[in-house]
Amino acid sequence: MIMATLHLFMALTLSPLLLGIINRTKALFAGRTGQPLLQLYYDLAKLLRKGAVYSRTTTWVFRAGPVIGLASVLMASALVPFGGRPSLLSFPGDFLVLACLLGLARFFTILAALDTGSSFEGMGASREAAFSALAEPALLLSLAAVALRSGRLSLSSMLVSPLAWGHLAPALWLVAAAVFVVLLAENARVPVDDPATHLELTMIHEVMVLDHSGPDLAFILYGAALKLWILGAVWVGIVAPFGGMNPWTGTLFALAAILGLAVFIGVIESLMARLRLSRIPPLLVGAGVCALLALLVARP
Amino acid sequence: MILQAIDTLVVLLILTNLLLLGTNRLNGCIRMIAFQGFLLGVLAIFLQTPGNPVHIFLLAAGSMILKGVVFPWLLSRALREAHVRREVDPFVGFTLSLIAGGAALAVAVSLGARLPLPEALGSTLVFPGALFMIFVGFFLIVSRRTALSQVLGYLVLENGIYLCGIALIHDEPVLIEMGVLLDVFVAVFIMGIMIFHIQREFDHIETDQLATLKDVEP
Amino acid sequence: MLALFGFPFWGGCTAFLLRTDRSRRILLLACAILHLFLTMAAWKVQLRPELNGWLALDTLGLLFLTLISLLFMAAALYAVGYLRRESHGRIKDFEEGVLFSNEPEAVFIGCLLFFLGTMTLVTLSQRFGLLWVAIEATTLSSAPLIYFHRHHRSLEAAWKYLLICSVGIALALLGSFFLVVAAQGTGGRTLIVQDMVQHAAHLRGPWLKAAFLLLLIGYGTKMGLAPLHTWLPDAHSEAPSVVSALLSGALLNCAFLGILRVVQVCVAAGLLSFVQGLLTGFGLLSMGVAAVFIVGQADYKRMLAYSSVEHMGIMALGVGLGGAGIFGALLQAVNHSLAKAMLFLTAGNILGVYKTKTVSGVRGALRVLPVSGALWVAGFLMITGSPPFGLFPSEFAILKAALDGGHGGVAAAYLLSLALIFIGMAGIFLRMAQGEAPSPRCPEPWWSILPPLLLGLGVLVLGLYVPPFLTAALQTISRTLGAP
Repeated sequence: MIMATLHLFMALTLSPLLLGIINRTKALFAGRTGQPLLQLYYDLAKLLRKGAVYSRTTTWVFRAGPVIGLASVLMASALVPFGGRPSLLSFPGDFLVLACLLGLARFFTILAALDTGSSFEGMGASREAAFSALAEPALLLSLAAVALRSGRLSLSSMLVSPLAWGHLAPALWLVAAAVFVVLLAENARVPVDDPATHLELTMIHEVMVLDHSGPDLAFILYGAALKLWILGAVWVGIVAPFGGMNPWTGTLFALAAILGLAVFIGVIESLMARLRLSRIPPLLVGAGVCALLALLVARP
Repeated sequence: MILQAIDTLVVLLILTNLLLLGTNRLNGCIRMIAFQGFLLGVLAIFLQTPGNPVHIFLLAAGSMILKGVVFPWLLSRALREAHVRREVDPFVGFTLSLIAGGAALAVAVSLGARLPLPEALGSTLVFPGALFMIFVGFFLIVSRRTALSQVLGYLVLENGIYLCGIALIHDEPVLIEMGVLLDVFVAVFIMGIMIFHIQREFDHIETDQLATLKDVEP
Repeated sequence: MLALFGFPFWGGCTAFLLRTDRSRRILLLACAILHLFLTMAAWKVQLRPELNGWLALDTLGLLFLTLISLLFMAAALYAVGYLRRESHGRIKDFEEGVLFSNEPEAVFIGCLLFFLGTMTLVTLSQRFGLLWVAIEATTLSSAPLIYFHRHHRSLEAAWKYLLICSVGIALALLGSFFLVVAAQGTGGRTLIVQDMVQHAAHLRGPWLKAAFLLLLIGYGTKMGLAPLHTWLPDAHSEAPSVVSALLSGALLNCAFLGILRVVQVCVAAGLLSFVQGLLTGFGLLSMGVAAVFIVGQADYKRMLAYSSVEHMGIMALGVGLGGAGIFGALLQAVNHSLAKAMLFLTAGNILGVYKTKTVSGVRGALRVLPVSGALWVAGFLMITGSPPFGLFPSEFAILKAALDGGHGGVAAAYLLSLALIFIGMAGIFLRMAQGEAPSPRCPEPWWSILPPLLLGLGVLVLGLYVPPFLTAALQTISRTLGAP
């Protein structure tokens, strides 16, 4: 219980650091010094102090979008176990609730984007909807494979103790690859979306939040950082569950793992270019089929 | 240990098939076929009961060389002559092909679980993997436009049948394998020559435009 | 026996090496004569099985081998004159006016000899694996033959042929693997037909059924059973007439031989009704499809191709009906090969003079080419099963088997298809033969008349009198296929 609260606190405070690490890694690869590691904290503080500007064409949906998005992501972060200990909230079937909460956040972001009545946001919203529709089955199938292997239905039991994959090791790698692709897709990373692009025709996530400002933008940025932490924790839990050891050691190892994951994402962003938009659906469906294959292999 | 190796190899084979379904670069497809040939050779060594190791090694080496080196070389030569880089606009789009592949995978695994397989292979994944490869081969032949993709589909079909063969038959058929390899070699050779002629004759290698011969009067 | 199929391969390789056309044509004739001689000798002398039973000449194989030999002899005679007439260099295509050139003669004659060798291997092989290799080899060696006139239509036909037949034969390979699985655990050498027949009671049922289905579909593609026949009309109409004659007369029979070998095993294993149902279904479907496409056909070579589909359907139906039907189907195979080859060679004569493949472009063939015209009309009577030609007794035997077995519906469909085909062909053949002659009498070289004439006489003789050794051979074969 105490550990779970500590983990939640860590998620809430340390998630913006992940984005800082990614940006720093990319800068190092490019030969620059780059932004300070704590840049996102400064940005959030600055945005919270500012006032928000709302367009006359928007309705309550536009104001509600960021708030509901942040609320659902906060809820979801209470569901994910970390460092080999169960999470604050856990019950059978909570992985479905996780997917639904993330979906809810995404849904309200899309609605807020459509609410502005601008064609650019609409374009981003449609792309986001299409790609998430393809990424969600991948996530659910991967979690189903892990559930099948572990025999439990709660995230806190699936991702906690090391599973004896044994001769089914290929299934583990497939699941890890699929969840990693979903992670990249959900968090708008290269090769699915370039977070640094300024060309509206190539944006997906960026363009949806063009019109938000002030605290709303702060909520959105913070929610994105939390989502990265959540999916990262899920990935670390699948690949290297640290259950069965001293909780403090487990927490430390998991923290190191998630920071290492951030570095890895930074490396991938530096080495790869963004895929053409028409090649992203095959990538996502491919991840989904890999997850399906893992599910079929992991049948007892 | 061996079981894990076999499973890993079959999973890799299935992944190469998925890549074949989803990618539109013809050079990449040819490289996937080469990799498949190599994997099949290694798998052949693992799956055969060690009755005659020399025979098995020779066979596996022969098939690896033929499928991993010779065929891709022939096909890339044909590709270069045809000046084509990508498969544009197939009959069934790439995303839909991948979804169809996923469905076929599920069907293959359920079929494999239901059939009374001859002996305990240990791994329950080999036979469904072979069925899946056969499906992918057919699908590629039917849904792609370029003649080269159809030849690749034929090669995948033959690979799937070969995998079926080495999964089901453990104790001998040297001549069958040799005959299969020889025939596939000559087939690919002749098909490569045909592709060259098609390119020269028509200026493209899209077979859906080979439609002059038909029965309906215009 | 190794010599029997060995020397055509050797001859094929030599053909690539020879310099002059004349020496190549002499080689072709010499190989054909030698092959015929060896085949005739095989009727008298009982040959021992070789290669541990992989190669053996049983009655069924000998029957088909004789057909192949006779047809190849006729084709070789015709081909020599044909090649001499076909000019080298650029030729103007009469259908579309494009310029094209012919394949080098070395390739043509070399592939012809390879084709002969591989077909011989099909009849000799007693092991399913070797049979598969041989049938695939026939596909590969005949593809360049179709592409003789190098223009885009024949290229399209050759590509379709190669791809569709290769895919079908790949399925047959899977069926062969299933056969091995079905025979696992029983004694005897793997995949040898005789051994499988002997141990048939111990074969595993489901695997054998799956194997038969796959082999039927696979070799049925090669044989031209509907709905797998789509390569047939294109390939037969675009290839030169010599090649079409060989394809229709000899190659389809080889594929049929493959199917018959599996039927032998299945019958011995007790799957008679399963086998018969499938064969009857495919047979009727082929006949129906052929009938639909023959009526109103505008291209006479395509019409002949669809007629091949029809006759393959009749043969499958005959074996599927059992009893006297099997005897009829085998007699049909003999007569059809001779008749179809004759028709294709005659069509080649007509094509050479009239320079068009459409029915409406040919008129008065009886006046322009008297002998060929007469052969054409005689061929029409032959192929539709009129007495006194040989196809009548065989088709009648199949009808009798249908009625004896109580399959009234099958018999009705059979007669309906035959009637439709007769009507369709009558319109085409008679219209081509009669009418205004557009040009005066053309000379007919001896090489273009003699082969078809001899083949036609053969059919006529078989219609009037079946020699006893042939009857005995057919009855032996029928017994292995399930006739009582």
